[in-house]
Amino acid sequence: MYKYDEIDQQIVDERVAQYRDQVRRYLAGELSEDEFRPLRLQNGLYIQRHAPMLRIAVPYGMLSSKQLRKLGDIAKKYDRGYGHFSTRQNLQLNWPKLESTPDILAELATVEMHAIQTSGNCIRNITTDQFVGIAPDEVIDPRAIAEIMRQWSTFHPEFALLPRKFKIAVSGTQQDRAIVQAHDIGLEFYRDANNKVAIKVWVGGGLGRTPILGSVIREHLDWQHALTYCEAIIRVYNLHGRRDNMYKARIKILSKAIGINEFRNQVEAEWTHLKDGANTITEEELARVSKHFEAMPYENLPDQDAGFDAALANNPAFAAWAKRSIHPHKQPGYRAVTLSLKPHGSAPGDITSEQMWAVADLADEYSFGELRSSHEQNLILADVKLSDLFAVWEKAKAQGLATPNIGLLTDIICCPGGDFCSLANAKSIPIAKAIQMQFDDLDYLHDIGDIELNISGCMNACGHHHVGHIGILGVDKDGSEWYQVTIGGKQGNDASIGTVIGPSFSAEEMPGVIQKLIEVYIKERTPEERFIDTVRRLGAVPFKKHVYAKDEVSA
Amino acid sequence: MSNLVKIENGIAAVAADDWTLVQLPATQVEERKQAGKVVLFKLTGESTVTEEQIADTVIPATGKIIVPLSVFVERNNELASRIAQGEVGVWLATHELLEYLIQQQADLNVLPIIAVFVERFADGRIFSLGTLLRTRYGYKNELRAFGDVLRDQLFFLKRSGYTSFMIRKDRSATDAIASLNDFSKPYQGAVDEPKPVFRRYNRGA
Repeated sequence: MYKYDEIDQQIVDERVAQYRDQVRRYLAGELSEDEFRPLRLQNGLYIQRHAPMLRIAVPYGMLSSKQLRKLGDIAKKYDRGYGHFSTRQNLQLNWPKLESTPDILAELATVEMHAIQTSGNCIRNITTDQFVGIAPDEVIDPRAIAEIMRQWSTFHPEFALLPRKFKIAVSGTQQDRAIVQAHDIGLEFYRDANNKVAIKVWVGGGLGRTPILGSVIREHLDWQHALTYCEAIIRVYNLHGRRDNMYKARIKILSKAIGINEFRNQVEAEWTHLKDGANTITEEELARVSKHFEAMPYENLPDQDAGFDAALANNPAFAAWAKRSIHPHKQPGYRAVTLSLKPHGSAPGDITSEQMWAVADLADEYSFGELRSSHEQNLILADVKLSDLFAVWEKAKAQGLATPNIGLLTDIICCPGGDFCSLANAKSIPIAKAIQMQFDDLDYLHDIGDIELNISGCMNACGHHHVGHIGILGVDKDGSEWYQVTIGGKQGNDASIGTVIGPSFSAEEMPGVIQKLIEVYIKERTPEERFIDTVRRLGAVPFKKHVYAKDEVSA
Repeated sequence: MSNLVKIENGIAAVAADDWTLVQLPATQVEERKQAGKVVLFKLTGESTVTEEQIADTVIPATGKIIVPLSVFVERNNELASRIAQGEVGVWLATHELLEYLIQQQADLNVLPIIAVFVERFADGRIFSLGTLLRTRYGYKNELRAFGDVLRDQLFFLKRSGYTSFMIRKDRSATDAIASLNDFSKPYQGAVDEPKPVFRRYNRGA
């Protein structure tokens, strides 16, 4: 993964000094609440219900064991001994003290980490597929460009105070796993007819209050122009995006208001001035950064291991885990492993300091000292030998990280919700826990199969509920908490926004509602049909009917 | 005591201000809040300048003046001789269009100063306006930020081409100078240093 040179290190060190002085001035009354807000937000610091929340950047989800160990230390020393992985692949601390945040940053800087632009109206952490670099369906590894973009976007002077937050995702696979269509800019890397690396540029996607899938603004962009083209897009947005209403300030509103064709014309006109300028990426820079992402020193192994096969055959618990948690790899004899941060009955994405240290050890012992966080809020060991999988399972299991539910109903994507977040209308974690307890039978879960359930505590949609096969949205009705249910949302190349099935439910009703949705699926599915496909084939009506059936009778 | 920070020959210092800022008179017309059309979209939530305001603007008879963009355009004949003598600068608000200025004054370097008014410090349009004035329209003279100008935005303003900063009255201009140097080696190319870090340094292999 990318290693800082002196220039990178100096920037994070200078950031610590700058932020420390901002906090000092705020505490001394030299900065008002309003003036400090954008400064702390651009450093990932929210003022929440109980305490501040600090969001630490995990660029495109890549972590070293050293970094994760440090995160475990920081959570222990400055917080309550746990952290939370978010849907933007970042790590959030729920209980730090404002006064200690400069010290936390200083500690992060010692392991080449920071919290720069993890919030606020600026370019946020760039995200990608958690299997980047190792997925068999990957055409281009986009991490080098993502790192070049991380540097370019860090303290970009022109885009320091945009109308609203700005999220970029990059992806270089056949099957999109980075939700490029739900980002302000999505960069889809591919090889063009001349076998050159090219980018299909999506713009104007986003979830939140007004969910919109992005439009293609450019089918073919040479990789060298990634920065200048994004500059053209963001400049048009910066100048013309709405600033009078925060709910209408995202780029998706601008591109819809003037239409993608007009928006494209404006961007292309702007780009003629920027194209081939100094921010054009050079071959040398791409080569320099790409060196950090070269393939691991893999052994030449057969893509079969007798010990692994025997363990699969003899140990049903291991087999159940392997079926869900092991993913294909480009390199024969290796697999990627997802460690579940979704044990039944706990907050999705939460991880204790002890678990962080244990995962760091696993990464060192079995996966070249690196790991990734996923937007599904799990951790991934990307390069595990087939012959090591059983040992990894046993050790992960001992740490509570081997719930065999990856991709299943209880692998819930969930924001922190009303328990922590002051924006939330409703709690989300207790809903997730209740659903996990309702579906605690693993055989039943495996029978239901692939399904994505996403929960957001408010329409800001941090839990990506719009693209969940089942989406749950917390809403506020006259001061009490209710939950609206959508079905048919999907991430990926054929992304879609879910349909609301009807009036919202109380928290107590939610496990039963999910149960009913599943019942319709089990009854109606054809062999091998996933939940989402059944919903797409049948539409929402049969699901609605069954869920609301009781109400009809009693009405 | 002046609250103006000026960068001259690469050195920032508190400096005296020899320009008089000409303001538009207050308007009675209600603000236009709604968007939807392309043009209005660019002006969302901003008040528009009325003919009456332009006519009623009091322009001092002598001295160096910075006039509102609309006055500069609509009353240009009146100002012509003073413009020729280098006594007239222009200021615009962050929602105003540079094209409007260019149509009137193709060679911006006739103007000794252009100032951009930022009503709220969080309005980042000021950065794009500075960038465009410097890189698109080749403006070389003093570029000033005024209004809600605070030290934590100075580094970005400097990088976006601004060379003088009228710090908000209740804050220390002397303290603010330090923030111009928050970062030594910024990553990306911008106005003050057009080359990105990978074209400035040999970062090794």
